[in-house]
Amino acid sequence: MNSLLELHSVTRSYGSRAVLKDVSFGVRGGRITGFVGSNGAGKTTTMRIILGVLAPDSGEVTLDGKPLAVEQRARFGYMPEERGLYPKMKLAEQLVYLGRLHGMTAAAAKQSTDALLERLTLTERANDLVEALSLGNQQRAQIAAALVHEPDVLVLDEPFSGLDPIAVESVLAVLKDRAATGVPVLFSSHQLDIVERLCDDLVVIADGGIRASGSREQLRADHSSDRFELQVAGDLGWLRAEPGVEVLEFDGGYAVFDASVDVAQAVLAKAIAASSVLRFAPKQPSLAQIFKEVIK
Amino acid sequence: MTTSYSRPTPLATTWLIAEREIRMRLRSKAFVISTAVLLLAVLASIVIGSITSQNAEPAKVAAVGSAIGTVSDTGQFDVVEATDRAEAEQLVKDGEVEAAVVPDDASPTGVSVIALDDSPGSVLNSLSIRPSLEILEPLDHDPLLIYFVSLGFGVAFFMSAITFGQIIAQSVVEEKQTRIVEILMATVPVRLLLAGKIIGNSLLAFGQIAGISAIAGIALLATGQDILLADVGPSLVWFVIFFAAGFVMLAALYSAAAALVSRTEDLGSALTPVTMLVMIPYFAVIFFNDNDLVITIMSYVPFAAPVGMPMRVFLGTAQWWEPLLSLALLVATTVVVLLIGSRVYANGLLRMGGKVKLAEALRG
Repeated sequence: MNSLLELHSVTRSYGSRAVLKDVSFGVRGGRITGFVGSNGAGKTTTMRIILGVLAPDSGEVTLDGKPLAVEQRARFGYMPEERGLYPKMKLAEQLVYLGRLHGMTAAAAKQSTDALLERLTLTERANDLVEALSLGNQQRAQIAAALVHEPDVLVLDEPFSGLDPIAVESVLAVLKDRAATGVPVLFSSHQLDIVERLCDDLVVIADGGIRASGSREQLRADHSSDRFELQVAGDLGWLRAEPGVEVLEFDGGYAVFDASVDVAQAVLAKAIAASSVLRFAPKQPSLAQIFKEVIK
Repeated sequence: MTTSYSRPTPLATTWLIAEREIRMRLRSKAFVISTAVLLLAVLASIVIGSITSQNAEPAKVAAVGSAIGTVSDTGQFDVVEATDRAEAEQLVKDGEVEAAVVPDDASPTGVSVIALDDSPGSVLNSLSIRPSLEILEPLDHDPLLIYFVSLGFGVAFFMSAITFGQIIAQSVVEEKQTRIVEILMATVPVRLLLAGKIIGNSLLAFGQIAGISAIAGIALLATGQDILLADVGPSLVWFVIFFAAGFVMLAALYSAAAALVSRTEDLGSALTPVTMLVMIPYFAVIFFNDNDLVITIMSYVPFAAPVGMPMRVFLGTAQWWEPLLSLALLVATTVVVLLIGSRVYANGLLRMGGKVKLAEALRG
């Protein structure tokens, strides 16, 4: 069953500085949700409130419509932005310890630790002290720490920063597996290209307020203006003279233009008649463009 | 979803945390070695003390003629017989004997004592005729013994409190500095985190103190100093009991103070007030161990009671109910300190960067 984690009108301030203003959004189970925002936009504070590390000034966090109990929060998995594990503990020992703190039996914690280390290709490092691990391995260890107790909700603050592309793939595979069991997975990132590629849903936060949230496709559709891309074998000089067309980019046989769908169809018909069309497509905005637009 | 676990009880969680603290400490070579050295030092000081006191040979005293009988009658000296006064004087000059005793009809005791450059107190004392003496309120204890016992309590408390206080503070800051505290706070209630830390380290400190007391007791018995043991024993037991409560209080103070800083480098300044608090009873008991008023006050001031009250039990100046009253006071204070300390600890944990102001941490 897919769970649903929701924030309802959450506000929080530090002293007189309002960090979160009326923040509401949902994180759907079974999907990976990207949480995007500039530095200082309120991502970490939001995540800490979800985890119960910080209390909101007002508003609440619910799971499947019910307010969160302490017991449920203990079943969350969290990877904080500031990475940290005990430097002088052995990797496997530490993961087993964290699993047991979450309430696993020693045997279950051991089993889960072994399986995770295997998946994250850390098995050979199981008995190394955490401080002796390479930076990339520490990062993977941190993800293992968030996952060891098979959490019901997974919250990760910048999980991919500092990972090489191969590590990104192995971590992503683990997250997708977890999400596939119906668990809501929320991760923050300021690397928009990674978010664009990895997540199913998106939440954009700026200046303590949610600016956009929904599925990636939906957001794209919402923010695609009627912009088209056209490339032909011949010359597109005539395009500028077409009524209802505003040419934005032009280079001989290539043009980007704004027009209503009907006008665009007419342009396409004309282009086909004039020469062979190499490419015609609605131009979808990249996440970076949507982001720039919504945080304005 | 997998259900290979259940919500652990607070007790189980606390113990899990305490157990990790103990495990990590016992894994530290520095800790194991310093504990072993401490125990050996206590053992050695008692054994060596016993050997030197048994081996104190009687002083050599030369005696001439009828004085030989007089000196050997005291049973305190090794008598070297000399044929005449000149030979006895030569023995004194050569440093062979401490003093010489020769017959002297002019002296009321019938002998006179010859020494090189200083009056030989023990010889004079044993040969003098003294008026009979009656002490109305005899001192129970040798002042030197009082000094050593007070020093023992003071040093043991001071060393353990400082050592384990530092260890707790380090452990708090380590979690804050490595930021694992965020994961921990998202996993277990903060007060259990603090409780586990305090219990784990208190058990270690308590174990060390109990170990020292036990070794001291066994060593005293083994070296035949059981009279001293009977004398010190009850106060030793009270010391261990008071230490247990007092240390929990100090542990709470140390953790709260440590939670105010984010880096090990800043620990020193944050801990100074707590360290002062520990040093006061240490110095007080050393300087004022013969001052009844100061010791009595100390025995009721919570952070000084672990040293003050066992001292009074040892001196025999405490009524039977006094340790109990003082202990109750100490336990009550400990509870209050724990409440305030856990608040400061919880509020300090997530504040990174510079030093958090105490008032700020109290407000939350």
